Amino acid sequence: MKVQIPIGPQHPALKEPIGLRMTVEGEVIHDADLRLGYNHRGVEKVAEGRSYIQNLYLTERICGICSHSHSTTFAQGAEILFEIVPPKRGQFLRYLVSELERVHSHLLWLGVAGHEAGFDSFFMYVWRDREIVMDILEMISGNRVHYAINTIGGVRRDIDEAQRTKILDLLAVLRARTSFYLNLGTTEPSFVGRLAGVGYLSKEDAMSLCAVGPTARASNVPRDVRKDDPYGIYDEVPFEVCTADTCDVLGRTVVRIKEVLQSYDIMEYLLRNLPAGPVAVKAPRRPKPGEIVSRYEAPRGENIHYIKSNGTDKPERLKVRAPTLGNYAATIAMLKKGFIADIPLIFAAIDPCICCAERSVELVDSRSGRPSVVRWSELRRMAGRRAARDSKKRNVEWPL
Amino acid sequence: MLKRLVRWSRIKSPWILHLNSGACNACDIEIVAALTPRFDLERLGVLLKATPRHADVLVCSGPVTRQMKDRLIRIYEQTPDPKFVVAVGACAMSGCVYRGSYNILGGIDQVIPVDVYVPGCPARPDAILDGVVKLLGKL
Repeated sequence: MKVQIPIGPQHPALKEPIGLRMTVEGEVIHDADLRLGYNHRGVEKVAEGRSYIQNLYLTERICGICSHSHSTTFAQGAEILFEIVPPKRGQFLRYLVSELERVHSHLLWLGVAGHEAGFDSFFMYVWRDREIVMDILEMISGNRVHYAINTIGGVRRDIDEAQRTKILDLLAVLRARTSFYLNLGTTEPSFVGRLAGVGYLSKEDAMSLCAVGPTARASNVPRDVRKDDPYGIYDEVPFEVCTADTCDVLGRTVVRIKEVLQSYDIMEYLLRNLPAGPVAVKAPRRPKPGEIVSRYEAPRGENIHYIKSNGTDKPERLKVRAPTLGNYAATIAMLKKGFIADIPLIFAAIDPCICCAERSVELVDSRSGRPSVVRWSELRRMAGRRAARDSKKRNVEWPL
Repeated sequence: MLKRLVRWSRIKSPWILHLNSGACNACDIEIVAALTPRFDLERLGVLLKATPRHADVLVCSGPVTRQMKDRLIRIYEQTPDPKFVVAVGACAMSGCVYRGSYNILGGIDQVIPVDVYVPGCPARPDAILDGVVKLLGKL
């Protein structure tokens, strides 16, 4: 007997309200169908009516978690159209904020994963830890979430020597905390057992469905724009592309923790080798006519902006391909053959977001057509019960 | 006497429902940050609930997209009386940068009545805390 489950449009694990139709047989998901467009705000159309400087702040507000990614991608593209190169110090500060953003996004995700796996104290600890990153960001840019630090031709604010040493000190604290949490995750067999084997995505599927970011890297596809097509300062910074070969939620967790540790290295390199000089150059009023594609490795994967200029002070066209869009097809592949109880965890593994709010899932019995509503907390309890029944995953090793 | 008891219990445990009506997530993560240890909204008796039927306060963010309008009204109607609405962020107040776009209505108060507005893009967790305390003071 096949049953259809509609989920959404309000969904706690996604950054956009989204609708999902799942066909299930018993507890196993057979098919999934996505409905998009609930969060469509018409950003691309609005961008055509704004100047390049205004668009920096508009693109920043495409997403609140990877806000710097979008504004940097836009600024990188616009700078090529304006035919200017930001000074070295400006670039260092810009990508310092990028890495801080990656750390805050991954820590946020780690907490959310802990919450969905039923490990709430882990969630609270990680979020307390994340406040240190928010403090650093606030110190650099003056704002916690939308940093507004980019401008066309560099960054808007400089940091002084005292701030530089303060950030290095705080990074040392963060590194110690992260290794503590890493240790906590390693020695907690129920947590590891809950994540292993959930949301399987094979390497071939990840390649053919064009998965991006940590989702692809957890399936052993070493795809990272920072290495494949280095932008800004990434060709001179030493770092590794982190991959895992377990192809499941555990692999995605491992990839993100490794990336956080890599980001600390990158930030320390940037701060210790921070060159002197100006942070921005003045941009001309109008760019040259032309078009440009700008790529950037956001915390969730590859972010692409296409900008078309007609020589006026406003872009003629702006097209944004956010990383989550690239992962939707892979999401459906991951959900297939999974369990209803794993839906929150699989979703959370793709896109880190507001997972705290609980929502309901409506189960519709296809025979009687009578819907029954299951609350998110009940789903998590179901997941817990299933994990307790399932004893064969108990001795899974933490692959780090 | 009964009135005072009801008032006391309302002030002591306002349960909230967090609702994203097309926001960019910035306000949403700040709402969650307000519930985590540094700011700890829960010490005021605030508890995040899953369903509108359990909630007293709707904490809404976002400029209300046309798709979300009907759902927002439906969730408001599902909330039992007395209910209060907190609009978090500049979008929820006026539409912020998206104002003028074809697909947004420009603010929570275009659709449902709002009791407290928390400004900021995004609103800081301390500002959200202040907004909730002001709402409790109004009761």
